[in-house]
Amino acid sequence: MRLIILEDASVVADWAARFVLQRITEFAPGPGRRFVLGLPTGGTPLGMYRRLIDFYKEGRVSFKYVTTFNMDEYVGLPRDHPESYHYYMWNEFFKHIDIDPAHAHVLDGNAPNLVAECKRFEDLIAEAGGVRLFIGGIGPDGHIAFNEPGSSLVSRTRVKTLAYDTLEANKRFFGNDISKVPRQALTVGVGTVMDAKEVMILITGVHKALALAKAVEEGVNHMWTVSAFQQHAQALFVCDEDATLELRVKTVKYFKALSGEHQKMIASVPVLQQHVLH
Amino acid sequence: MKAKSGLTRFHNCYILRNSKIIKEDLWIRDGKIVNPEQVFYVEQVEADVTVNCENSLIAPGFIDIQNNGGWGVDFSYDSENVEEGVQKVAKALLAHGVTSFCPTMVTSDKEKYSKILPRIQKHQGSQLGASILGVHLEGPFISLAKKGAHKDEYIQNPEKGLESIHEVYGSLDNVIIVTLAPELPGALEAIKGLTSLGIKVALGHSSASLAQGEEGIKCGANLITHLFNAMLPFHHRDPGLVGLLASTTEKQVYYGIISDGIHTHPAALRIACRTNPDGLILVSDAVAAQGLADGNYRIGPQSVNVENGRAYITGTKVLCGSTTALDECVKTLKEATDCSLEYALETASLHPAKALGIDHIKGKLNFGHDADFVIIHPKLMKVLSTWIAGECVYKSS
Repeated sequence: MRLIILEDASVVADWAARFVLQRITEFAPGPGRRFVLGLPTGGTPLGMYRRLIDFYKEGRVSFKYVTTFNMDEYVGLPRDHPESYHYYMWNEFFKHIDIDPAHAHVLDGNAPNLVAECKRFEDLIAEAGGVRLFIGGIGPDGHIAFNEPGSSLVSRTRVKTLAYDTLEANKRFFGNDISKVPRQALTVGVGTVMDAKEVMILITGVHKALALAKAVEEGVNHMWTVSAFQQHAQALFVCDEDATLELRVKTVKYFKALSGEHQKMIASVPVLQQHVLH
Repeated sequence: MKAKSGLTRFHNCYILRNSKIIKEDLWIRDGKIVNPEQVFYVEQVEADVTVNCENSLIAPGFIDIQNNGGWGVDFSYDSENVEEGVQKVAKALLAHGVTSFCPTMVTSDKEKYSKILPRIQKHQGSQLGASILGVHLEGPFISLAKKGAHKDEYIQNPEKGLESIHEVYGSLDNVIIVTLAPELPGALEAIKGLTSLGIKVALGHSSASLAQGEEGIKCGANLITHLFNAMLPFHHRDPGLVGLLASTTEKQVYYGIISDGIHTHPAALRIACRTNPDGLILVSDAVAAQGLADGNYRIGPQSVNVENGRAYITGTKVLCGSTTALDECVKTLKEATDCSLEYALETASLHPAKALGIDHIKGKLNFGHDADFVIIHPKLMKVLSTWIAGECVYKSS
């Protein structure tokens, strides 16, 4: 596992976007050769999407041969509801780039058979040859996607009932009315993300500091589901200074000392060579 | 630039949507505005054609509900080549961003109505010209005291209500608005009759008190024709029709106003706009001299001299009507009232659509609406191109 500590949220956004740019460029996608990318929603990755849009507009990257899979979606929320993840992905990313709509996959929380929808999603990932890079954010309680505390660390895509804390945290997006917050969501499992060749987790802000400490410094624990990625061969945590506040000084110093190596990851060092860097 | 049926995406543009100008693409197909998010997720297709708008502004097409003619054509006078005349004006209006209009006939004798009215049919616009929403009949059921330029000999009362209306106009199939004076005998019955047929009634050319105006509104009228002109001036003990802007009638009253910088003083524009912002509708009230080059003309029964784009009765300094098209009126309104550009544009699009009850298909750039719009240079306010049902019908050179 690598921990990359950067100055603030905007540097994290830029770094993450450059990392995606590097991975896609290196892969050189084309007809019959698609780069498969897993994507999150929420406040943390917003800056990364904006940078990626800039890169696209500057002609530095194309998403024509990129296939995307989103992590999660609410159940029963209309697709064009401003809080739906379809809406988010369309407005914050998809409409600005050249992605092929047939290859931008978001779980359908309005599918008549939700279990079948989850199965379909897993099958699609498998058909696409697995996810090459999965990007995620985490919640203050250390959840990744909607894999809330106590979720199985080998879980697959499924329907989840949301914890009261999550409803409470999300009600601000639904007119402060907790009864309007969808109670269920479809989400990829921890196992689904673990299967990706590479995983990049973005963590910014003081309110995520405890979750980062639990994820990095303590053992693998289903109460902090993101800690599962300690066991991933190519996991990358990218955080800002604020998010390190609960880490030990030793931990921070150790990873900061490696920052020179980390910068190579967004330079044009071939991926295979990078994997032996640390 | 032609896109009648394919999925077309206008990008690098600002669009007027929900009363705000936002940086957003506009997607259209089969003459309608479509929701690109639905196209993306459900149909999973990309645009067939992409138009780079180079940061210009897209606004709903202008709707002129009062237009007497132009380019030498007078809708109330020329009874020989009616279709040709209407088409000529409809075509010329495209350059001014007008996508729909209501050809307007002023007070005329019965014979003119029977000759002209059946020949101005509601018509979907195209490259040949703006859509015709229906004819606006202004008079002859108006007040003699407030006749303005209308001819006395034809003015009459709608004593038998709708029956009188039918007697004069004949069939009402092609009619969308009737302007009448609510204080006349039989007028309230006529208003009820007309509105029950789905025809909008505008109050105007009238000496009505506020109470009489309110009666007219209660009976179904929802418009005032060229506010301030041809009505009692505002009086604090009886504000007359002008008072309808602030009266307590429950429904929204709309009012046409000519903001050509001549017919209505900027201060009067500001008074109207601040008192009842949602009701303001820009109308050109343009006459046959609109669009003519400087020179001497014979328009209908009148000799007209056009000088610097303004039409005077020959030998006098008497203006013989407005010659300013709606795009120019939008500019003038914005300058005179310092209102937002969004608002100024909506007074020529959304407001008339609402007044006519067609805002579910026109006057907005919302999903499902007709793809009638105008691409404007945001600084110069110049019309760059005009589109009807997704088809480019005018492009500035």
